[in-house]
Amino acid sequence: MSTEKTLINRFRESDFLYDFKRSPVTVVSFVIVMILIMLAVFADLVAPTNPFDAASLNLMNGFTPPMEPNAFTGETFVLGTDDQGRDLFSAIIFGLRVSLFVGLTAVILAMVLGVSLGLIAGYRGGWVDSLIMRAADIQVTFPSILIAMLIFGIARGLLPPHLRDEVAITVLIIAIGLSEWVPFARTVRGTTMVEKEKEYVQAARLIGLGSGQIMVRHILPNVLSPVLVIATITLALAIIAEATLSFLGVGAPPTEPSLGTLIRIGQDFLFSGEWWILLFPAFTLLALALSVNLLGDWLRDTLNPRLK
Amino acid sequence: MTDSILSVRNLRVVFPHRHGALVPIDDISFDVKKGEIIGFVGESGAGKSMTGAAIIGLIDPPGYIDQGEIWLDNERIDQLDVSAANRIRGRRISMVFQDPLTSLNPLRTIGDQLVETILTHLPVNADEAKRKAMAGLEEVDIDPDRFNAYPHEFSGGMRQRVVIALALSAEPELIIADEPTTALDVSVQAQVLDLLKKLCREHGTSVILITHDMGVIAETTDRVAVLYAGRLAEIGDTHQLLRHPQHPYTRGLIASTPAVEYGDISTELFQISGTMPRLDALPSGCAFHPRCEQALNYCASRRPDLQPDGVACWLYADG
Amino acid sequence: MVLPAGFMLMADFIHVEQLCRRFDLSEPWLARMISGRPKRFLDAVDDVSFTIERGKTYALVGESGSGKSTIARIAVGLLGPSSGRILIDGHDLHDRSLSEAEHRRTRQRLQMVFQSPYASLNPRWRVGNILAEPLRTFALVDSRQDERRRVQELLEQVGLSASDARRFPHEFSGGQRQRISIARALASRPDFIVCDEPTSALDVSVQAQVLNLLKELQRDLGLTFLFITHDLAVVRVMAHRIGVLKAGQLIEEQATTELIASPQSEYTRMLIRSAPRIRNQNGSAH
Repeated sequence: MSTEKTLINRFRESDFLYDFKRSPVTVVSFVIVMILIMLAVFADLVAPTNPFDAASLNLMNGFTPPMEPNAFTGETFVLGTDDQGRDLFSAIIFGLRVSLFVGLTAVILAMVLGVSLGLIAGYRGGWVDSLIMRAADIQVTFPSILIAMLIFGIARGLLPPHLRDEVAITVLIIAIGLSEWVPFARTVRGTTMVEKEKEYVQAARLIGLGSGQIMVRHILPNVLSPVLVIATITLALAIIAEATLSFLGVGAPPTEPSLGTLIRIGQDFLFSGEWWILLFPAFTLLALALSVNLLGDWLRDTLNPRLK
Repeated sequence: MTDSILSVRNLRVVFPHRHGALVPIDDISFDVKKGEIIGFVGESGAGKSMTGAAIIGLIDPPGYIDQGEIWLDNERIDQLDVSAANRIRGRRISMVFQDPLTSLNPLRTIGDQLVETILTHLPVNADEAKRKAMAGLEEVDIDPDRFNAYPHEFSGGMRQRVVIALALSAEPELIIADEPTTALDVSVQAQVLDLLKKLCREHGTSVILITHDMGVIAETTDRVAVLYAGRLAEIGDTHQLLRHPQHPYTRGLIASTPAVEYGDISTELFQISGTMPRLDALPSGCAFHPRCEQALNYCASRRPDLQPDGVACWLYADG
Repeated sequence: MVLPAGFMLMADFIHVEQLCRRFDLSEPWLARMISGRPKRFLDAVDDVSFTIERGKTYALVGESGSGKSTIARIAVGLLGPSSGRILIDGHDLHDRSLSEAEHRRTRQRLQMVFQSPYASLNPRWRVGNILAEPLRTFALVDSRQDERRRVQELLEQVGLSASDARRFPHEFSGGQRQRISIARALASRPDFIVCDEPTSALDVSVQAQVLNLLKELQRDLGLTFLFITHDLAVVRVMAHRIGVLKAGQLIEEQATTELIASPQSEYTRMLIRSAPRIRNQNGSAH
């Protein structure tokens, strides 16, 4: 092992990639997630229509079944249309974008908050640790959806009506993010408490480094691997949480519907025969959440420290 | 062969790996006589613990015994099915591990654990088992009144003595002790080793004592086998070997060990250059040749066989 | 008791004066109130005093629980004393009246080599950065180039090569990792290094390499060592002077060869007796 390998080569030959390729479920999940992300990112290019441009909508197109030409206009829509003539495929792609954006940002918020609090609690110990952990314990006794609704409701109450829709997405992100920090904090705290006793931390204290420097430079890199796993699983939870809130009408505003909103819309029409308005968004949500979850499971198993 | 309790012939253990197979034990043969204490000494990665694991059948998959035979008192034991292997393990061959904390079940009293082992392996009833357990505790100098105590109530040295009592309880023919005193303080170490020696003599039990400490070998064993990179470098009577080591590695090991009886600040310890090779980068021929000051030309291309006088080195081969 | 400056011998570099360290092992307050049990303390270090001459090695020998590791940690400032003090060339690390700058200067003069080759190097940092950290913290280098040069120097000083700076700790063996730890300890050019069982986790042949390296460095750089160990044979070749610790108390101290030849206390005699011997086996051993 005398020649230096480039990063790409090291990755190509790594055990990580090897394990990945050996698990068909994981590869499929990864492909699905990638496709969905690509669709969402390039929504503007991929979607045949812009479903939120009221001017382009033709009410006569409403309730068109998938792949059948409309009785009145003769246009065909891959996944059909909803009650207002919106192309469902486009609506789903844009909805996917909202769902993913909210989910990812919320997870990042939860991660930053949770990891920081976990580091501080684990390193400092004492009353700081007790305070943070009791806060975590209290928060965990409430279902995260309720907490998100609570935060959302408070924000809505505080904001003047004309701002509500614009800020809705931000509030949604904050609400979900604040409700999911605890698993990060607890895991990081545990690992921090172990790492803090190790001699390399003593060596850093010895030369006079401050707690903050030690936490960020030395301990943080060593507590991150479980964090990635938790983040992936929390992403699935965040996506579902957002969909639930939007479904309940307290999430994404009608101007920027997410998959959850679409499901709510579709729910009204399920039993009157227009099944596609509900089913396609629902399937998309299912595919996304399930794939992310499976990826997270695989990551957790593969990153598990194994005997050499 | 009749006075050997254990016979190992051409043992080879393989661990398949993505980048090729690793061979932690490569063609080892030796005998353990009845009632003798034989030491297995080597540094980290030499394969000494792996040898013990192979004998008792506890190699973790994906490792497996690729070749060789293991005979326990004229019965072959390396290819047994699970139930037959379980009858041997604990009953005819038992094991003492390094860490007494994890060898004993913290949730059960030591008396319970002793009785359970006895009942599992010997055809006695509960009362008889309890009697034996108490006698076992006395033998290791633990007050039988502590029969109902839990492992955490004992010190490290006492726990290890309980583990020895456990190992002896089923009256095995062979005990494999893997670094039994490494985790103990020096003063306690001496006591535990003396106890092990004494009891094994009394019971006629053979012992394979695995350690990295030459001092432990010197004070406890009758014969010793020196392992290097999964191969036997030298094997022979302990006194003989320590006084007149033949293999350059053995010589180097003994010379690098500091002594408490002599030497001072100005003493420069002998050091063998280099480090033990990794299993995925074993040198060709004799595994020790890159570090050997007396290496001959063909040491690099041909692996030396174990000579009748117990050393595997081209310096001593006939012809 | 504070010794006036004139009373300190010039050669005595390290002074340990009536050092005590007590740990509070009591149950939490509420549990104690309910059960009525008194507080429980452990005197890990109990009135220990000794000195170390500059450029020499002093070994603290004892079994587990003797307090030797606690003293080591107090010496480098990782732990504070309950009473008493440790002076390094007249300076006390735990003296609150010192300014930040004076404190830093004293810190720069001491270092530690730890027991575990696995836990003493940050597994996520490259070796080059591990060695550079003290250089940066004490502002001992002006430029990246200067830093690289110094790191290379340190690696070569301990028998490793410059290209090892790019590697991670897990790519090295136990003995090599200890060398890296020693290189890190040398980075700030300290005067005093505490070695806490630096070879206990190493194989015998590797131990010989590391011990020889430490002695060579002491000769070349004039280092003073406090050497913590339980192995009397190692002490014999490493230390000028030995202090024997038992349950926090220093029960005996003497020059190495004299202590081993004629130990004064029964405990020391027991320690010497228990040390395994390879040579001098007479036929009646079994």
